[in-house]
Order: sequence, then C-alpha cells, then structure tokens
Amino acid sequence: MNVLDATLVDWSRAQFAMTAMYHWLFVPLTLGLGVIMSVMETMYVRTGDEAWKKAAKFWMTLFGVNFAIGVATGIILEFEFGTNWSNYSWFVGDIFGAPLAIEAILAFFMEATFISIMFFGWNKVSKKFHLAATWLTITGATISALWILVANAWMQYPVGMEFNPDTVRNEMINFWSLLLSPVALNKFFHTVLSGWVVGSLFVAGISSWYLLKKRETDFALKSMKVAAIIGLISTVLVAYTGDGSAYNVAQRQPMKLAAMEGLYIGESSIELVPFGILNPAKKSYKDSIDPYLLHVEIPSLLSLLANRDMNSFVPGIKDIIDGGYPTKNGPALSFDEKHKRGLAARGALADYQKAVVAKDSVAANKSKAILKANYAQFGYSYIDKPEKLIPHIPTVYYSFRIMVMLGFYFILLFTVILWNQKKIEKLNWLLWISVLSIPLGYLAGQLGWVVAEVGRQPWAIQDVLPLNAAISHISANSVKITFFLFLVLFSALLVAEIRIMLKQIKKGPEVE
Amino acid sequence: MITYSFLQHYWWFLISLLGGILTFLLFIQGGQSMLFSLSKTEDEKRLLVNVLGRKWEYTFTTLVTFGGAFFASFPLFYSTSFGGAYWVWMAILFCFIIQAVSYEFQTKPGNTLGTGTFRTFLFLNGLLGTFLIGVAVATFFTGSDFIVNKGNITNELAPVISSWGNDWHGLEALLNIRNLTLGIAVFFLARSLALLYFVNRLNNQVLEARSRKFLWYNAIPFVVFFLVFVIWTLLSDGFAVDAKTGVVSMEKYKYFTNFIQMPIVLVLFLLGVVAVLVGVVGTWISANFKSGIWFAGVGTIVTVCSLLLTAGYNNTAYYPATPNLQSSLTIFNSSSSEFTLNAMSLVSLFIPVVLVYIFIAWRSMEKKRTDIEDVNADDHAY
Ligand code: HDD
Ligand code: HEM
Ligand code: HEM
Repeated sequence: MNVLDATLVDWSRAQFAMTAMYHWLFVPLTLGLGVIMSVMETMYVRTGDEAWKKAAKFWMTLFGVNFAIGVATGIILEFEFGTNWSNYSWFVGDIFGAPLAIEAILAFFMEATFISIMFFGWNKVSKKFHLAATWLTITGATISALWILVANAWMQYPVGMEFNPDTVRNEMINFWSLLLSPVALNKFFHTVLSGWVVGSLFVAGISSWYLLKKRETDFALKSMKVAAIIGLISTVLVAYTGDGSAYNVAQRQPMKLAAMEGLYIGESSIELVPFGILNPAKKSYKDSIDPYLLHVEIPSLLSLLANRDMNSFVPGIKDIIDGGYPTKNGPALSFDEKHKRGLAARGALADYQKAVVAKDSVAANKSKAILKANYAQFGYSYIDKPEKLIPHIPTVYYSFRIMVMLGFYFILLFTVILWNQKKIEKLNWLLWISVLSIPLGYLAGQLGWVVAEVGRQPWAIQDVLPLNAAISHISANSVKITFFLFLVLFSALLVAEIRIMLKQIKKGPEVE
Repeated sequence: MITYSFLQHYWWFLISLLGGILTFLLFIQGGQSMLFSLSKTEDEKRLLVNVLGRKWEYTFTTLVTFGGAFFASFPLFYSTSFGGAYWVWMAILFCFIIQAVSYEFQTKPGNTLGTGTFRTFLFLNGLLGTFLIGVAVATFFTGSDFIVNKGNITNELAPVISSWGNDWHGLEALLNIRNLTLGIAVFFLARSLALLYFVNRLNNQVLEARSRKFLWYNAIPFVVFFLVFVIWTLLSDGFAVDAKTGVVSMEKYKYFTNFIQMPIVLVLFLLGVVAVLVGVVGTWISANFKSGIWFAGVGTIVTVCSLLLTAGYNNTAYYPATPNLQSSLTIFNSSSSEFTLNAMSLVSLFIPVVLVYIFIAWRSMEKKRTDIEDVNADDHAY
C-alpha cells in the first residue's frame, strides 16, 4: 500500500475543527437559552402572569432558529468519525461508538418529540403538560451533551478498555468507568454550565438593547433578572469546574498543562503566571531562551492548583520529553524510552499476527506478553521525533488565558448587573457593556475547546492513537473539497441565522 | 443463554429494524419531492410544508440513530463504508444538512436565501436523499470494492485498516443498474407513502383528491422497480460465508435460499409486501379509506427489515467486498466485542419507552386532521 499523503492529516484536522467549531456556535445557546425559557415558563405556570408566557415564547422563537442549525451542523460531526477518522473508528469504536448510539437513543428522540409539543402544543395540551414538554426538551439537549462529552472525555483519558490483538482494536471492559470517569463528570458540568453562561449573556444583552431603545421595558427587566441570576450562578460554577478541568489536565495530560502555562522547565513550588507575553524568539524546548517577554507571577500557586500541594513538582515540556522527574508511579519515562517501548509493542503485535497464521502458539503467547507489557506506550511508536509531542504553544497558552480572564469578567459583569437591578434602566453604560458582551461568551467557549483539543495534539486518543494513525485512506484533495463545501454552506446558513435572529429581535415579543 | 452469536444476531435485527423505520419515515422526503408538483397555490404549499414539518426531525434523528447504532454494534462497517464510500455518504449528508434548517428558516423574515431556496433545499433532500440511500443500501447485495487488512496497523507509514479500491470512493455504485433500481424504488416508495400520509392527515379536499390521483404515478413505478430489484437479487449469486472457516464464496441463488431456509423471514417479507399493497390499493378503491399510511407504513418497516435480515443472517456477508471476497463484512467479523454488545443491548431496552412516549405525545397533539386554518392560527407555523 502506498504512503498516506502528509497533508491529508492536516486537512482532516481542519475539517473536523471547522465543523466542530460551527456546531459549538449553536449548542451552548441551546443549552443556556433552554434553561432560561424553561424557568420563565415555570414562572408563568406558577404565577399565571401572562407576561412570563410572552417572555418564554419570545426566547423560544430564537431557540428554534438556533436549534435547527445546531442539528444541521451536528449530523456531519457524527458521520465524520467514519468518513475522516475511519481507522480511529475501528481501533476504538468498540468503546467510542457506544456513547454516540446512547446519545441518539436516549437524547435526540426526547428532544425531537418534546420540541414539537413545545412549539405547536400551546393550545393543544394542558399548561402543565406543556411545561413538562419544555423541560423535557432541554433535558434531552443536556443528556445529549452528557453522552458526547463522555465520549470526548474518554479520548482525553482513556479508561475501561483493553487491547485485543486478535481483533486488533481496543475493547471495552468496564462501562461505568467510562461514564463515571472524573474527567467526564467534570467536563460535563464545566461545558454545560458554560452554555448557561452563553445563554445568560445572550438574554441579558438583548434585554439591555430593548432597555436602551426604551421598548418592551417590563419584558426586558424580567428577562434581565432571570439571566443575571442564572448567569452569576453558572459563571461562578464555571470557574469552579474550570479549576477542576485544569487539575484533571495536570494529572492526566501533563503536556497540555505545560502548553497552557508556557512551561518549559518544571520546578517544585512553582509560580503561576496569570499574565504574560510569550517570547517569539523561543524556537525549541532545548534552547535556553526565556519563554516570556514579560510576566507577572504568583508564587507556588501553579503547584497548588495542579497537584493540590504547594510544594509539589510540575513538569515542563523539557521534563516530559527527557523524563526522570518523580510521579506517583516512580520516575517518569523519557520520550526515547516510550518510543522504544511503543515500537516493541507494535513489533510484538506484528509477530503475534505472524505466529497466529503459522499456528505457533508458543511464539504467539510470547509476543502477546511483550505486547501487553508495552501497550501503554503503543501510540508512541508512530511518533518519530520528540518535537511532535508538543502542541502549538501560543495557541493553547493565549486561548487559555483569555478564557479564564473572560470567566472572571463575566462574574463581575453579572454581579454589577444584579447590584444595580433597581436602576438598571438608567445606566446606559452598563446596558451597552452587556450588549457588547454577547460575543465574548461565544469566544470563551470556543477558546475552551481550542485549549482542550489543540492542547491534546498529537493525540486523537491520549497515548494510544496519534492523529496520523487515526485517519481514513482518502485523498487530501477530497477532504479539501468537502472542507470548502462545508465552509461555504455553514457560513451561508450562519449569515441567514443571524439575520433572522436580528429581525425577530427587532420585531420583539408578540402581543397576544 | 445469551451467546456472542445471539447478540450479533440481535444487533443485526435492530439495525434492520432501524433501516425499516428509516425507510418508512422517508415519507417526509417523498412529500418534499412533491412540494412543487402537488400544490398549486401558496396556501396548499404551506399546508404541505407544515404537516411534513412537524415530523421531519424523526427521519433525521432516525438517520443519526442508524449511524450511531451501526457504529456501536458493527464498527468495522462504520469505518470501512463511511471512510471508503466517502463521496456517496458526503452527498447524503449534504442533502440532510440543507433539510435541517429549511423548515425553520423558510418563511422567517431575513432568511437571506429566500423562501424559494429553502423549499428547493427541501425538494433536493427529497429527490436525492431517498435515491442515494436506496443506492447505498443496494450495495449490501451487490458489493463494493474495498480491502480490509487489520495487520496494516503495524505499518508505520500507512497504518490504515480499510481502504477503498478505486478513486471514485463510492460514486461507482451509481454505475450498477441493480443499485439504481433500488434507489428509484425507494424514491417512489417515499412519495407513495407521503401521498398516503397526506390523505390521512390533511383536511383539504383538493389536496386529498390530488394525492389519490398522484398515487397512481408513484405506486406503480415503485412496484415495478421494487420487483425488478427483488427478483434480480433472488436470481443472483450471493455472498455466502462458511460458518466454520469464515471463508466467503459466491453461492447461486443465495438470497432466495436464505428466504427458503428462514421461513419466518419469508412470511414476514410477504406479509409486509401485502400490507403495503393493501394500503395503496385500498386508498385507490375507496374514497373513505384514509388509513392506508398505517398499512403501508407497517408493511414498509416489515418488508425492509426482512430484506436486510436476508443480507446478514444465515451465513451471509452483509457488506460484500468485490473482487476481494475475503474482505467482506459479516455480522461476526465486523461486530463490537461481546461486552459492548451486551451493554448496548441493555440500552436497547429503552427503545420501547421511546416509542411509547412518541406515541402518547402525538396522540395528545393530533386529535383532528390539519387544515390551513390550523396553520394560520399557529404562531409557530412554518
Ligand atoms: C463561557 C465559556 C467558558 C468560560 C467562561 C470558561 N470556560 Fe473553560 N472551557 C469551556 C468554556 C468556558 C468549554 C467550551 O466548555 C471547555 C472546552 C472543553 C471542555 O471540557 O470545556 C473548556 C475547557 C477548559 C479547560 C480544558 C479542559 C480539557 O482540556 O479537558 C480548562 C483547564 C478550563 N476550561 C478552565 C477554565 C477556567 C479556570 C475558567 C475560569 C473562569 C474557565 N475555564 C472559564
Ligand atoms: C463542539 C465542540 C467542540 C469543538 C469546538 C472542538 C474543537 C476542536 C478543534 C479546534 C480541533 C482541532 C485540533 C487540532 O487539530 O489542532 C478538534 C479536533 C478533534 N476533536 Fe474536537 N471539539 C469539540 C468537541 C469534540 C467532541 C465532543 C469530540 C468527541 C466526542 C471531539 C473529537 C475531536 C476529534 C476526533 C478531533 C480530530 C482529531 C484531533 O484533531 O484531535 N471534539 N476539535
Ligand atoms: C464531535 C462531537 C459531536 C457530535 C458527533 C455531535 C452530534 C450531533 C448530532 C448528530 C446532532 C443532531 C441531532 C438530531 O438529529 O437532533 C447534534 C445536536 C446537538 N448536539 Fe452535538 N455533537 C457533538 C458535539 C456536541 C457537544 C460538545 C455538545 C454539548 C456539550 C453537543 C450538544 C448537542 C445539542 C444540545 C444538540 C441539539 C441541537 C442544538 O442544540 O444545536 N454536541 N449533535
């Protein structure tokens, strides 16, 4: 068989990243707006106040527009695992396929059914049934987030599996460790709550616009209040679970943490750099150039956050490649050692296959033992140079910092809004700030995924399968064509979506 | 005793059943393909869009579930077919992406592309989506050109397990006439089902009469193309697997033999076909008969399900590789591990729950037929 085209991996990555980022433009709003409108409808059912119904219905219209395009961008992601990452689909499909299927069975049908009642059932079913349908719609959406995030968390921290040399793939041995993995749970809360933040910023921003225009004041004040309360609670929890995310990363993906921190050489009791500018002159992890042009430090904080211990050692990029620093399981292995063990594992797999064909069970068992002993480093056999272990540092580093800064900014924003609840109509500056903050919520969410996904490069599955071994055998040109087709189509749909939303907002909530 | 083999058969049954349900639900697409021809006025068009639009998500979600369930139960199919027949699947996906936004966006102010464009998207989804899915499924009987070699994972430079044998990446399936006949049959079936659905759902005499008339031009081609495909397949060689060695070979009249050796499947198949015909013919002969969709719908599910069962059961390779026969996928060599199939089987117990809540929800929503007043009175109408 011929050698795979090197640009194929890059185009496949670009396509996946682009389509995923498009999907993530719509999903957080679904998750956040869904909760807000459900709360509003609950207020309506409890108080009987028609104003709450009007508010819930208005946000539902925007929800519907956003939801449709979320669905359109989701289907392609699901099939892309097969079309563009076919090797991946076989190698880990035994584990990874399950959450995707469960998501469809448990979540998507729930959404599809109850969203129809929510939209078309106002005059057809009872008030209580309708309210239940609204809550079930957003529950369905949230369950769908749970399963896909379980799948993603498993890629960052593969658990509950064992390699089977006969089928040449990883097989599931424990379903619960997949679902209950600490990475999965933390990721679920951080991500879903980040969607609530986006939804709250959206509602607060649009309500502020009405207040600035002196239109729909009652509606806008009601919406603003709900959004600010949900927004403040969820942003605080996002910061809290964000710390959990970073802790998980430090424990399980040290290279990603080093990239997030721009940390080349590790230390004990190491400082955190909340602000800093990377030095573009730094070209290699081996040179002795200072990684920062400027920076501010807080002593020992990184050690504390990463390991929950002020005095602990946090490895930098060079340490991870050279090995030797202390870990819970003894001194860390160097890249060279991991690569050697990976090759041993892969060689043993080839020998095992030959021995099986030759019906030589002694040789087969011997190879199997070698494979098993070295399997933890299997993925390293495809990585020839240590540099390839390092993700793009500036992307990860700045994305992370901006996300965190935005997180603290949102806490401040929602606090100020709540503080000034009584006189907010008159505070034009605050209203303008809140209108302009809508895109920042989206930005923070996108950057979060960039940290998570770019930061784990070159791995599709951490330590098990690097990208170059995960792809489909197609031509780079085919992927290039579909990349641009999707780009054009999604962009056109996005423009349509934004314009429809703006029209609906200009029109305002309907009077009944 | 729940054995590995039982689980593999159980999951092939679920996949076949999902395939049947998906084919039935393609009536949404069938209806979209007649958006312009069946309606003469804007009101009629809106009525059609709205009765289809309340259900479109089910077809879409079933397609997604079909993909997800295939991935979880037969991952080697997922990786081989999607990664190999890249262009066919991409074309199908495009047809569905453009559908997903079209209902919601089409009459909203500011939709940029205009109502006409979104309706054309619906039309294209109806025309190409049905046809291409039919062609893709036909390859389960006619075969595709690919090679599977799990040993490749040890190859440093090209560690890919499945590869396609030609640069057409699936488009070559369009050159096979037997594939085309199934594609065309599915297209006309979807339209026939849509017409029966309109007869059942619409409270509009003009559209109802027109639907009954249209049924002639759609049901007859459906029956003709379907029979051609089925007879051709029954008379063709099939892809038999040796139960002991796993070796795949060509066997004369394999699918016919499968029906004979699995009489239950044969009976189901025939009952399904009869039910479809009852639905269609009943609608022709009696103006008061409005429940044709139920007969034809259940009939479609049962027929397609049993057809797919003959492709995978009784030691048959359901995704055959020609010319590299030994790469063919069977329910044994392409399935997930026993552990995963077991876990997924537990999840599958939720499927009846899903069906029940869908049923209850729609019972409470649709107490009477829909007419244009309903659409006008609905503030979320499309
Ligand atoms: C409104 C959006 C938003 C905001 C304000 C924040 N995050 Fe976040 N973050 C996300 C939205 C997000 C996300 C989109 O949900 C990500 C992407 C992947 C994931 O698990 O969640 C994410 C990922 C992510 C990761 C990488 C996880 C991984 O690699 O698995 C870390 C370490 C943090 N976040 C930490 C934080 C901290 C300390 C914040 C301080 C306030 C913060 N995030 C605010
Ligand atoms: C919807 C939110 C998501 C966004 C915005 C997102 C973003 C990204 C980005 C930016 C990349 C490119 C990284 C690079 O190539 O440098 C990527 C790659 C990838 N992501 Fe995600 N991701 C999301 C969710 C997920 C989930 C939930 C999964 C799995 C269940 C996943 C699986 C992958 C895979 C397989 C790749 C390609 C291989 C790779 O580049 O690592 N992503 N994603
Ligand atoms: C690579 C990863 C992903 C895949 C394969 C994927 C797949 C899909 C699919 C197929 C749909 C359409 C479902 C339908 O038929 O109704 C969808 C919609 C949805 N997905 Fe994703 N998704 C991914 C990432 C995510 C992430 C990271 C989240 C949330 C954390 C998410 C949450 C949702 C939600 C809430 C919907 C409903 C539509 C919407 O609100 O936009 N998805 N997804």
